[in-house]
Amino acid sequence: MRQVDQVKLGNKFLNDVDHRVSHDKCLWEARMRRDKAVSAIPEWEEMRILASQVKLHTLNHLDEYLEEFEKNAIANGIHIHWAKDAAEHNDIMLSILKKHNVRIVTKGKSMLQDECGMREFLERHGIEIYEADLGERIQQLDDQRPSHIVMPAIHKLRKDVANLFAEKLGSDPEMDDPYYLNGVMRRDMRKKYIKADAGMTGVNFAVAETGGIVVCTNEGNADISANIPPLYVASMGIEKVIPGKKELALFIRMLSRNALGFDITQYTSHFHGPREGQEMHIIIVDNGRSERVASPDYYEVMKCIRCGACMNTCPIFRRTSGLSYDAPYMGPIGIVLEPSYDLYKYAQLPYSCTHCGSCSAVCPVKIPISDLIFYWRDQVVAHGYDLKTHRLEMDAAALVLKNSGNLAKAEKVGLWALKHVPKSIAESKLNPWADHHSNPTPPDKTFREIIKNKDKKL
Amino acid sequence: MKTGFFIPCYIDALMPQAAMSAYKLLQRFISDVEVVEKGTCCALPLADMGYTRKACGIEASVASLLEKYDRVVVPSGICTDQFRNFFNATPDSDAVRHVRESVFEVVEFLHDVLNIAELPWAHFPHKVALHNGCHSLRGLHEAKPSELVVPEYSKTEDLLKLVDGLEVAYATRRDECCGFGGTFAIWDKDVSGMMGLDKVMDYNRNRLEYVTSADCSCLLHQQTVANKYKIPLKAYYIAEILNGDAI
Repeated sequence: MRQVDQVKLGNKFLNDVDHRVSHDKCLWEARMRRDKAVSAIPEWEEMRILASQVKLHTLNHLDEYLEEFEKNAIANGIHIHWAKDAAEHNDIMLSILKKHNVRIVTKGKSMLQDECGMREFLERHGIEIYEADLGERIQQLDDQRPSHIVMPAIHKLRKDVANLFAEKLGSDPEMDDPYYLNGVMRRDMRKKYIKADAGMTGVNFAVAETGGIVVCTNEGNADISANIPPLYVASMGIEKVIPGKKELALFIRMLSRNALGFDITQYTSHFHGPREGQEMHIIIVDNGRSERVASPDYYEVMKCIRCGACMNTCPIFRRTSGLSYDAPYMGPIGIVLEPSYDLYKYAQLPYSCTHCGSCSAVCPVKIPISDLIFYWRDQVVAHGYDLKTHRLEMDAAALVLKNSGNLAKAEKVGLWALKHVPKSIAESKLNPWADHHSNPTPPDKTFREIIKNKDKKL
Repeated sequence: MKTGFFIPCYIDALMPQAAMSAYKLLQRFISDVEVVEKGTCCALPLADMGYTRKACGIEASVASLLEKYDRVVVPSGICTDQFRNFFNATPDSDAVRHVRESVFEVVEFLHDVLNIAELPWAHFPHKVALHNGCHSLRGLHEAKPSELVVPEYSKTEDLLKLVDGLEVAYATRRDECCGFGGTFAIWDKDVSGMMGLDKVMDYNRNRLEYVTSADCSCLLHQQTVANKYKIPLKAYYIAEILNGDAI
């Protein structure tokens, strides 16, 4: 199987100036709005600590809270299903849809359903399925996965969307005005909403105390999917459960502020059971989550509330886009999540990081993302999935740094080369440093040589 | 009290003048600073790339070299962060714990340990961009990182304010990483180079022609990127300015 080469994929985006500059600017602005929004809350850092503690507590008592949630949800008239993995989730979904003779589905945004490859699965079984989130729908039309967990089509320019809609929906390719493009999509999707036999959403928070779920969107796509059709199915990972309403208030205050810098999402929808004449189901999915919660090394990744702030702040993500990670989860959280599913395939992802630490500092639930990236590099090497070139370079480094004698010899060679190797070679393709750097000016003597020659009291 | 001065690998050969300024500056305040002559490296390049076992031997030998000092000053934020927070390839021992607890980066040593209140010899009548490197900022907490909602503080800025004529300024994206990242600069050279270029262009748009930092590695990266793209910029390691060596 092939490994994901984020560097190569990312470089395509990096060299596309218009796309890269716009992407970097949009996400940096989101980060700046986030800073402004959270700095208006003096107790923000205490909230991060509390949010982390609530998540850790819940993860440590998942069995109790999930059973409490199930009991209360059933009492609310909701059908609950348990799926151990993606395949089981998809089978359960299909059987619910078949029972109701569903042909057309509209769905709100769900990272979990993406993770399970549900859309492709249902399409193979003859079900028409339409994303109701504008960004997700754009990505669906373009046959691409989302490039960001909160802003799925953020890597596209307006003109890309205009061309896509022209090709797929027959609109005017010259018109890239957002108002016009929104109108094109609205007219197309309204026909689907009216005809949909079932609606689906993901889940942001499942409240054990009430047996209800909360879905946060900025376009109301969850509401239109849940409220029009006679059947509503939501998918949730087991880690989405929280104890009660008090904890919900904490997370609702944090989620949108940290994600996009808005005080609250435009729609924060609480579903506590089916409306009259409707049937409501929730599929609770493990898909490897128990294993992750049980890991002594990386269990903290399970605290993630999917705000996407780590992506907005990551200087590499902003310049290479989420598609370059070629995985359901991308950016810093993707780097620490994906290798836990397939270490070989994602062995190169942990190296797409300068360890600036900004991801850990913006994380609302204090996941030590940056430290976990180190952890995964260790694992990559321990499993022998490191690149041969890395191994050779590091063997050489270990030899040079072994003692001061070796280091002094290596320095001599290096400085001699800097002084005497002609520019045509020293700054050629043989030297990857020279692509974007001039070579450093070599000093006459190293610090230790200077010290040796002088009285040590300067 | 015995004070060691540890020269990180790349500084010895590539930025000896930076190390010399820090060494002279320390000697102005304490008489018995001793260069750790056989010191090599904090083993960060190896540990950083996941080669914990290869880092082991280097860590052990450095730990034994540093045992005799009560405190060790390191003219590099990233190396100090490695010593203090990630020096754990070797099994825990008194020597290893001693390293973690006794290392200081130059700025924190001057600010927190020596409580420097004046630098009468330092004069630099220029507007200077202050780049707090990621490790000094988020690892050593030398200033408030932009992500956190905590009171403003900056140890680096406190020290620079003691320099006659110097005006501290910042890039628009004040503490975005400049893209060096050690081995990252080779592994993903194009992204690293673009981040460096974005940073020096940010200075350029703000008409900043000088940059200073407690992190020599960031400065080496920024200076050589600026040279490559012919953007006027002069990088000074912070001790060069604080010791009055920058002109």
